[in-house]
Amino acid sequence: MQTANYKMSELLQIVKDKLEAKFGDALLSAELLYDFPVFILKKEIVKDALIFLKEDTDLNFHFLTTMCGLHQPDETEDKEFGLMYQLHNMPKNYRIRIKTFMLKSDLNMPTISDIYPTAGWMERQEYDFFGFNFIGHKNLSRILNMDEMNYFPMRKEYPLEDLGRNDKSDKMFGR
Amino acid sequence: MTAPNNTYDEKNYSTLNLGPTHPATHGIFQNVLTMDGEMIVDAVSTVGYIHRAFEKLAEHRPYNQITTITDRLNYCSSPINNMGWHMTVEKLIGAEIPKRAQYMRVIIMELSRIADHIVCDTVIAVDTGAMTGFLHLFQYREWIYEIFEEICGARLTTNIGRIGGMERDFSPKAWAKIDHFMKNFPKGLKEFQALVDRNRIFMDRTINVGPITAEKALNFGFTGPNLRAAGVDYDVRVANPYSSYEDFKFDIPVGTNGDTYDRYSVRMEEMWQSYSIIEQAIKNMPDGAFHADLPEFYLPEKQDVYSKMEALIYHFKIVMGETEVPKGEVYHAVEGGNGELGFYLISDGGRTPFRLHFRRPCFIYYQAYPEMIKGSMLSDAILTMSSMNVIAGELDA
Repeated sequence: MQTANYKMSELLQIVKDKLEAKFGDALLSAELLYDFPVFILKKEIVKDALIFLKEDTDLNFHFLTTMCGLHQPDETEDKEFGLMYQLHNMPKNYRIRIKTFMLKSDLNMPTISDIYPTAGWMERQEYDFFGFNFIGHKNLSRILNMDEMNYFPMRKEYPLEDLGRNDKSDKMFGR
Repeated sequence: MTAPNNTYDEKNYSTLNLGPTHPATHGIFQNVLTMDGEMIVDAVSTVGYIHRAFEKLAEHRPYNQITTITDRLNYCSSPINNMGWHMTVEKLIGAEIPKRAQYMRVIIMELSRIADHIVCDTVIAVDTGAMTGFLHLFQYREWIYEIFEEICGARLTTNIGRIGGMERDFSPKAWAKIDHFMKNFPKGLKEFQALVDRNRIFMDRTINVGPITAEKALNFGFTGPNLRAAGVDYDVRVANPYSSYEDFKFDIPVGTNGDTYDRYSVRMEEMWQSYSIIEQAIKNMPDGAFHADLPEFYLPEKQDVYSKMEALIYHFKIVMGETEVPKGEVYHAVEGGNGELGFYLISDGGRTPFRLHFRRPCFIYYQAYPEMIKGSMLSDAILTMSSMNVIAGELDA
């Protein structure tokens, strides 16, 4: 197995060039955050980009490390919700992160569980906590929370504790 | 949840509820099985029985209070989770950790990997009917827990180490306990291997049980011993070394079939490799400080808090969670007992993380379980589950 003997900035440049050639200005930004090249893409092309990155013979990102949702109500409206995908090419030890942002009114996203079967439960988890609607997912139902729940608990507006409780006072220390 | 359809192929299948609380599943897992006699035709898993909203909780806690949450992910090897979290924050703030602290962390992480693998491997043996090895090897796990107790005061949910290093140096008594363990462990493990490894009953029960190909394992996001058992030599300690793992010489054991016996053997060999890493770390233990000079994150000496103004201020700020943290976005992964345990942290400069996502290996690979047990016997499904080492705490977060 090869260890990380390439420079992260080189990988950033290679992937950036390929994405730019293929998708043009749908690549919104490419930067190095700590030891990770991060690419922000337009929502519409994310799935195509993931397929492209997986099928590219040189890059071949065959492994989906993780994905997660993001809710940032303080950002502008078109950046309120976000999704992050982390891809990995194990033999070459390439790792990148793909991010995309969307409006609250349009949380539809094509599923990637057909390219990466491992995304099946990850997408169910993000649906469960944020309410993303993954189109084409075979069984998009709640996974960790109970089925009867009618809200998405990881959104920032939901408080950590039940506001109806009056047996706790944390005025001094805050929570 | 949806019950599986039990009248296809014009046959009448029976539905069996395996779990949520079943003595053989070693945790709170529910699988609704469609059975044709003793053969599993279909399975649907339900998870989330011990969900504790860790990601939400983490958004409301200062950085040094999140360590206790990570304890409760994979509770068979809490120290690895703790260290992973400390290293994530250290990456965010750009802290340099002294070599001695890194080596101490390596010793603790490898000890807990041994403890984790002891649980998994002995439980596979228990599920095939061999109780003796389990009782025998748990003595060595107890000694590991005594070492943890000597170092940090806790046994299971350790909260070991601090952001910036270790909370204290190993005491002479802790070193004596480590030496005692190192002297006796090889003999114990060899005895266990002599009992189980080539045992006819054990081999018949585990070889070709619950196999998975390398390609399928990668597609389902397997990492750690389960992926290595399928023949892929991916190990975070080698691919992206952290905490000075590049200083140590060790092999990555791999299997061929990805069946229960391979998973057992890979974990067995990993214990020997961990043992050798600990040996090297003890032999080459550098001198120096056991924590970095990070006054904003690392609690000062109690004596200084009483006598120095700066120390008192920092003490107050750390305890109240008012430490300044830079804005940023980091991902850090460690090789946990079950695979790549990742922390994806977004900081907006506030007192708590803006978002913290745990990449929990159990959660990701457990979704392959129904695929792996289809067409096998019920008793083999039990073995497949224990050999995958699914830990409910990590699965449900």
